[in-house]
Parts: sequence; C-alpha cells; structure tokens
Amino acid sequence: MSYINLFKIAIKAIMSNKARSFLSMLGIIIGVGAVIVMMAIGQGSKESIRKELSTMGTNLLTIRPGADMRGGVRLDPSAMQTLKQADYEAILSEAKFVKGVSPEVTTSGQAVFGSNNTTSTCYGESPDYLSIKLWNIEEGTGFTEEDVKKSAKVCIVGKTVVKELFPGGQDPVGKTIRFKSIPFRIIGVLKGKGYNNWGMDQDNVIIAPYTTVMKRLAAQTHYNSIVCSAVTEELSDAAIEDLTAILRRTHKLKESDVDNFTIRSQQEFMETMSSTMDTITIILVVAAAFSLLVAGIGIMNIMLVSVTERTKEIGLRMSVGARGLDISNQFLIESILISLTGGILGVLFGGLLTWGCNAIIGYPAVIPAWSVIVSFAVCVAIGVGFGYFPAQKAARLDPIEAIRYE
Amino acid sequence: MERKVVIELRDVRRDFQVGSETVHALRGVSFKIYEGEFVTIMGTSGSGKSTLLNQLGCLDTPTSGEYLLDGIAVRTMRRSQRARLRNRKIGFVFQNYNLLAKTTAVENVELPLMYNKEYNARARREAAIKALEAVGLADRLEHKSNQMSGGQMQRVAIARALVNNPAVILADEATGNLDTRTSFEVLVLFQKLHAEGRTIIFVTHNPEIAQYSSRNIVLRDGKIREDVENHNILSAAEALAALPAPQDD
Ligand SMILES: Nc1ncnc2c1ncn2[C@@H]1O[C@H](COP(=O)(O)OP(=O)(O)OP(=O)(O)O)[C@@H](O)[C@H]1O
Ligand SMILES: [Mg+2]
Repeated sequence: MSYINLFKIAIKAIMSNKARSFLSMLGIIIGVGAVIVMMAIGQGSKESIRKELSTMGTNLLTIRPGADMRGGVRLDPSAMQTLKQADYEAILSEAKFVKGVSPEVTTSGQAVFGSNNTTSTCYGESPDYLSIKLWNIEEGTGFTEEDVKKSAKVCIVGKTVVKELFPGGQDPVGKTIRFKSIPFRIIGVLKGKGYNNWGMDQDNVIIAPYTTVMKRLAAQTHYNSIVCSAVTEELSDAAIEDLTAILRRTHKLKESDVDNFTIRSQQEFMETMSSTMDTITIILVVAAAFSLLVAGIGIMNIMLVSVTERTKEIGLRMSVGARGLDISNQFLIESILISLTGGILGVLFGGLLTWGCNAIIGYPAVIPAWSVIVSFAVCVAIGVGFGYFPAQKAARLDPIEAIRYE
Repeated sequence: MERKVVIELRDVRRDFQVGSETVHALRGVSFKIYEGEFVTIMGTSGSGKSTLLNQLGCLDTPTSGEYLLDGIAVRTMRRSQRARLRNRKIGFVFQNYNLLAKTTAVENVELPLMYNKEYNARARREAAIKALEAVGLADRLEHKSNQMSGGQMQRVAIARALVNNPAVILADEATGNLDTRTSFEVLVLFQKLHAEGRTIIFVTHNPEIAQYSSRNIVLRDGKIREDVENHNILSAAEALAALPAPQDD
C-alpha cells in the first residue's frame, strides 16, 4: 500500500481514539519538553558565562591560598592562611605582567542604618580593585591609598545595599552605616551589575580598604585571596608563571615542595565553569531521556492494545491481499506518528517552559536549534523502535484466526 | 467446447495438530472447477467446508496434495506471494460481512485495490463505484457500515469481492446471517454474477440453495461424497417474487 494511504489510515486510527492517543503521547511530550528545556538552560548558562567573561575582563587573575583544590581535598586551616602582606608587597614591587593588585579579605554580616538592616558581605580591597574588576562608581568616589594606610572607616556600597538601607531614597553618600557594629562612612555607590550566573546578587556588597576589614572586622593577618589583572589577556599565562616564582620565593618553598597557593586566570575559571555546566546539562538530559524511554514503552503498550483490538481488521486486510509488510508498515507509521506528534507538542511545551524560564524566573535559557532536530530524530527512532514489536506481532497474525477473532 | 479450468485440486489433504492428536479436516479432495460455474458446497458441521474454502482462498496451505489456481501451483508459494494471489485472483464474502467500521461503502469496496499498485486513487474509486452499482447500491456510496442493513452490508461485501475482477468468488455462509427474503435478494445477486460469467463457490448449510447453483458438491468427513451438476437451475428472482410480501405493522 502507498505511504500516503498508510498515513491516512494511521491518522484515522489516532483520531478515532483521541484521548488514548493523547495519553500515550503525553510521556513523549513531557520527555521531549524536559530535554529541550534542559538543553536550553545549559546553552543559556554557557552563553551568559561567555558574556560575563567579556564584561568582567578576561585578564583577571586570582591567587588563593592552598594547593590546587580541584581534586577536592580538604586542607587544614593553617594551610589556608599563607597569603600575607609580604606576598602583596613582593607582587607590587616585582611582578612584571600585572597592572593592578588587590589583597582580598571578606566577611559577611549585618549592615545597619537607622531602623533598616540587611545581610551583606564586606570586601576588604585595595584601591586597584575596581579597575581590576572593570567596575565603576556611579556616585561619590572610591577610597585612596591614604585611606588604606590609615585603615579609614570608609566604604563603597552596591545598589542592593542602598536599596535595603535607604528605602526612602535618601542620598547614601556621606551617611554612616554600621557593619558588624563598626561605623563606616559611605563615600561612593557602585554601578549595578545584577545577578551572576549562579544567582548571586553582585550588588549586595560593601567594599572597604582591606586594612580596615582585617583589623576591625575580621581580626586576621592573612588575606583570603589576592586578585590582580594581567596587562593583557595574552600575557595571563606569563603573569601566572611570574607570580608563581615570586610567591614560591616569598613562601620559601623548596624545589621539591608543591605550590601552597593556586593561581587561576579568569579564562581558566570560566572554562571550568563551562565544562561543569556541560556535565550538569548532560546529567539532566540523560535523566530526561530516561523519561523518553518510559514514554516509548507506553507507546509500545498502546500499540499492542491497538493490534489486539484490530485483529479482525488485520485478518480482513490480509484476506483481501495485504502482505505482512503492508500490515507492519501500517502499525509502524501509526506509532511513528504518535511519537512524532508527541515530539512536536513536546518541543512546543519545551519552548513554553524555556519562555517561562526567561520571563518568569529570569534565567537566560536559549534553545539550541540542533536540540529540536535531535528531538524529532529521537521521536522517529522511538516510534520505530517501540512500534517494531507490535507491528511484527500484527504482521505475523494468521489471517484465518485473525478474521475469526471477536 | 473446451472449458477453462479455474481451480484444480489433486488429492488435497489438510491435517491439524491439536495437542497430540491429528485432526484430518480434509482427507484427499480432488476436483476441477471450470470458468463460469456456480458451485455450492454443502455438508454437515465439521465436514471441512470452511477448511476447503480456506485452501481455495489461499489463506491456508494444504498439508499435501496440489492446488492450481488459474494454472498456478499455490502450495509451495511464499506468504507474500499468496497475499498477492488473494489480491488479484480471489474475492471473499464472509458470513458476518467483515466491513471496516466507521468507513463508507466506497472506501470498504476500495480496500482490495489499496493493495494493488496498478490502481491510483481515481481508478480505485471508479472501480469501487462500478462494483457498488453492480450490486445495486449506487445510492449508498457514502453510507458508513453502521448506517446500513445486514443485506446492504452483505452487498457491499460482495462488491468488495468483485472489485478486483477476481478469477473466483468464494462465499462462506454468505446468507447465514440474513432472513429468508434478504437471503433471496443476495442469491439473486449471485445468480446475476453467474449469468455474467463469474465463477462462484458458495458454502452453505441450506440444501435449498443448491437448486439455484449449477453444481453441488457435498462433503462428509473431509471427503467428497457427492458432486453433481444441476441442469435445472431455479431462478432466485422468481422465488423472491413468490415470497409473501413483507408485513408492515
Ligand atoms: N485451526 C484448526 N485447528 C484444529 N482443528 C481445526 C482447525 N480448523 C478446523 N479444524 C477442524 O477441522 C474440521 C473441519 O472444520 P471446518 O471449519 O472446515 O468445518 P465446516 O464444515 O466449515 O463446519 P461448519 O459448517 O460448522 O462451519 C473440524 O473437525 C474442525 O474441528
Ligand atoms: Mg464453516
């Protein structure tokens, strides 16, 4: 029989059992929808990581205490206190490929102004920090080397802190807030940056001279990290090598000792994030794909029911000259049609979920075109794969017995 | 005049294995059926009539013996070849019509041609309409199977059996589900087809029907007990006219 006619028969069969057909499609719809939205989230994350990379400056270098932690080994606390003032000074005076350096000390706590309060993080930094991070001040000024020397109790605040502490819309510059009970005078407000990829509010920050934070807030003599920026992105690797040599010397490491610090470039960091994203995406897509497997079994089940119900019809078709191949094609096309229709609806459903991600949650999900094509291909494969057994069962029926079937 | 042989059976046997027992449904049947014959096959229940018809219709294969349909040896054919043979050479009429549900008369009659690549959609429809006209259903083309009476459904089924212009029409108890009057109407139709030169094999329980055919074969225990030509064929149309008029109450 011609494929057009087989197609018509399949449509008729599906339409004459609308509810059942829809229910058997439902698994595919949900499965494909899930796969599409997972891929969209993965793709969206990678794209926004890339975007963030370009706005944050690709030549950012971060020095952290302790050996490379990518292995996931926990270190004892003393190993995490290796970055000291001597390191900072050595980098300042000796580092060749670096144009800005800032020690970094962070502490979280309550910020209070009048009757308003908010939980925030205070970053102790050098005046270089804003230029390293390509961050601008919207109002007021930054602090100076003079403020660092005097451990001045001044700070720059992010937009979120302003919003929480000054809900009335007063000008925050010149006001004195308290962070962990220590008074800080606000001298500047940062430009808004919004949320980063991991849902962190980048505007919920208070930036103060690192000396102030170390002495008055954290009561520590080591830094949590040192950030600097390489002169150019291309020189990042050279800068890392140079910094490594300087720090090994200041840390008095022997030839055989491993580094007790880690230097990562922004580039490297983003690549790690991106590959982590890939792994997460793959895991989620595999989970969603399993639901497609279950959906396929559902289709097989419905097709077996359909074959049994239509045993008499199959017998009649055979008696007027249908070959086994004609019969198996008839059922295969029906199952492909069910799963492909499910796939199309599933892509629409996935599109809807993706739109919801963007519009409602604000997560930047983007559907990659190839994921749609792959979904359709997978649906055809499911239709063939899970329709094959019922179709064969139909094709192998004995016409005499089939036509007598009641 | 040399008559053309449409069907030739040579010592056809059909055994069924039921558990450890062997049922001999056909125990060596031989006959020739010539073009244009209207043969009724009779016999008690279980005598092997349906089994014989299934052999003739290429739905089943003999355990032994030879079957020639239009000169073609059928027994050694593959399944798909037999399907093709059914499609081109045979028209079936069943006791319970076997029409596709929710499907119009035309579409039902088109069914055999759907499996014949030589027909396109248009030729198919034309042939189907012609067959429906031949059975007197020109005014019921688009009626669905559930919108017709038993007699009409059986006539659609006969049109379906005719549409591929088969070498032989096989009917198994084609009037078994119909009342006397409708049975005669169907019989009139078969006689008309016979008069047009078609070859018909008609299995029935009803001995009366044998009077309207040209030849009668009686089976018993899977063997031919009687095979006689009927030189005094009665007219079903006359018999129908003689029936008491249908009571309207
Ligand atoms: N598929 C089968 N398996 C086993 N035995 C079968 C099968 N088909 C038919 N038989 C046996 O073969 C014999 C002939 O059966 P068949 O159906 O041909 O009889 P019949 O003459 O058509 O009877 P009826 O008038 O009741 O329709 C019976 O004894 C039946 O039990
Ligand atoms: Mg029978």
